[in-house]
Amino acid sequence: MKRFISFVTKEFHHIFRDKRTLIILFGIPFAQVLLFGFVITNELKNVKIAVWDKSNDEVTKQITDKITSSGFFTLEEIIYKKEDLERVFKAGKIREVIIFEENFAQKLKKEKIANIQLIADASDANSANMIINYTSGIIMNYTSSINREINLPMQIHVNERMLYNEELRDVYMFVPGIMAMILMLVSAMMTSISVAREKETGTMEVILVSPLNPIQILLGKVTPYIVLSFLNAVTIIALGYFVFGMPIMGNLSLLMAETMLFIILALSLGILISTAAPSQQVAMFISMFALMLPTILLSGFIFPIENMPLILQYISALMPPKYFIIILKNIMLKGTGLAYIWKETAILTFMTIVFIALSAKKFKVRL
Amino acid sequence: MSNSIEISSLTKVYDNTKALNDINLHIKKNELFGLIGPDGAGKTTLIRIIATLLLPDSGTITVENLDVVKDYKSLRKIYGYMPGRFSLYQDLTVIENLNFFATVFGTTVDENYDLIKDIYSQIEPFKNRRAGQLSGGMKQKLALSCALIHKPKVLLLDEPTTGVDAVSRKEFWEMLKNLQKNDITIFVSTPYMDEASLCDRIALIQKGKILSVETPENITKQFGKQLLQINSDNKYKVLKDLRNYEFTNSVNSFGQFLHYTDKRSVPEVQSIKNYLNEKGNSNINIKEIMPNIEDCFMDLMIEDKN
Repeated sequence: MKRFISFVTKEFHHIFRDKRTLIILFGIPFAQVLLFGFVITNELKNVKIAVWDKSNDEVTKQITDKITSSGFFTLEEIIYKKEDLERVFKAGKIREVIIFEENFAQKLKKEKIANIQLIADASDANSANMIINYTSGIIMNYTSSINREINLPMQIHVNERMLYNEELRDVYMFVPGIMAMILMLVSAMMTSISVAREKETGTMEVILVSPLNPIQILLGKVTPYIVLSFLNAVTIIALGYFVFGMPIMGNLSLLMAETMLFIILALSLGILISTAAPSQQVAMFISMFALMLPTILLSGFIFPIENMPLILQYISALMPPKYFIIILKNIMLKGTGLAYIWKETAILTFMTIVFIALSAKKFKVRL
Repeated sequence: MSNSIEISSLTKVYDNTKALNDINLHIKKNELFGLIGPDGAGKTTLIRIIATLLLPDSGTITVENLDVVKDYKSLRKIYGYMPGRFSLYQDLTVIENLNFFATVFGTTVDENYDLIKDIYSQIEPFKNRRAGQLSGGMKQKLALSCALIHKPKVLLLDEPTTGVDAVSRKEFWEMLKNLQKNDITIFVSTPYMDEASLCDRIALIQKGKILSVETPENITKQFGKQLLQINSDNKYKVLKDLRNYEFTNSVNSFGQFLHYTDKRSVPEVQSIKNYLNEKGNSNINIKEIMPNIEDCFMDLMIEDKN
């Protein structure tokens, strides 16, 4: 036990005396959460649009007002000719142009049909799609409001509700994702680097020729990072809760327990990497490419897994963060208990056991 | 006296080259045993196999009646090991390093302070300095202190004096001499021939083969020829000329001097002088000297080649 404490103390010394380690451990998580929370957002806000109103009557003015007063759009320019159309898009500021056909109100009254053309800048496909959807939505609304007096023979009313994230806020999506990513990265990368460093500087050679056994060495390496990663997780949850209003509907202790499980999984993965990596650099590259990219791309953090090609779906099933993100979303947004996430929990536990067993087997007691 | 380390027909192969070729060594208890040889001779490989860090391809080693392959766990408790490279934690202070290794071996610094007192007292004034900021000599003293802190039965030192200044090297060997009094077998490797004379016995190793195992005195006694020391105004011309001389057995450069042996049983100093004068060398001095370890090593290497 004394040996263990002494080993852990030594590890803490390593961590706190190395500025770079400290920055990676605490600076990066903080910066990431704030960055993702504030900067990277898919929500529409103040999209600049132009209107080419060939009719300029009461109805077109009403529709334009509806659109600009929605909060999603600001009217930047009014154009009058075809050449302007190309000019505004090329200038790049304007993302959408709304064109009303000539004699709009008249046509609507007489022929019961009038045309609006929406042209969006689709060089950013996702937001172009959203812009068009939002605009059409507003116009549809207007149409149904002027139809209210008239009784149509048959109507279907759609009532929609976005459950668990009523305002469709991105933060709800990002916080679990970032948490998975940071815990994976920090825990796995830092432990694999710190074991590899002992190999690189030759201290592993001295430690091996000592009564310390592999389990003592690895536990000693991992323990400080369990503590620090857990602090990290708490920081991220607190930031999400206090800064971005991310709710925690479920049981907080269950949330912490699941987080701990994921940390231990990430750490055992880090140990596994370090048994294969001879140097710090190799350890870092493996952690970066084998962990970070799949965590971002294949875990469902950013891209929905259901939309992936089948083969990628299978690969994503092997990604531990996928299950952790599901667990987080369930607990935080839906407030569900263990009964709904036991399957994911079991998978993570199983993966952890496999990683630990593999690293114990691969750890070399000789050079 | 019984043996502490028994090495018999040990072979280690790396990619088809024999790093160690049929090594047999018997090291007595409390002996200060030196493994002398140039870089790449196989010294580190041999020490690492003894230290249980590498596995031999064939042959056996027992240390204190324990097998290095089977009983590696027990052996690691009685070893003090100092690798060739400085292998302590550079970001820990002197005292933190020492305390760490003491606890790892289940002891405390106070308990075995007597053993390391002579060595550690020299670096104690800097005990709160980070190990990475120590000078080369001080690093070695700290590493030795850490290797000794648990009072090992066997001390394995891989080139402990490489990269250390001459004064510190001398001090270091005096420490090793002192340590012998404490019932410790010391196995030390070094590329410096001049350190060999301080060992009880030495083994000369070259290309994975042991050339000779003897006390330093006996090794120089084995040197069967008269050794001449030659100096002149132009060492390199003399060296070249002597290489073409019909009676030359060997000629090697040692600092400002040349060491020369003759093919004849008794070298004729005058005729060598005449030959060199004829070739246009001036200020030639020839003197008979006692061979040192390096001379013997060179001699054994030539014999081994033939």
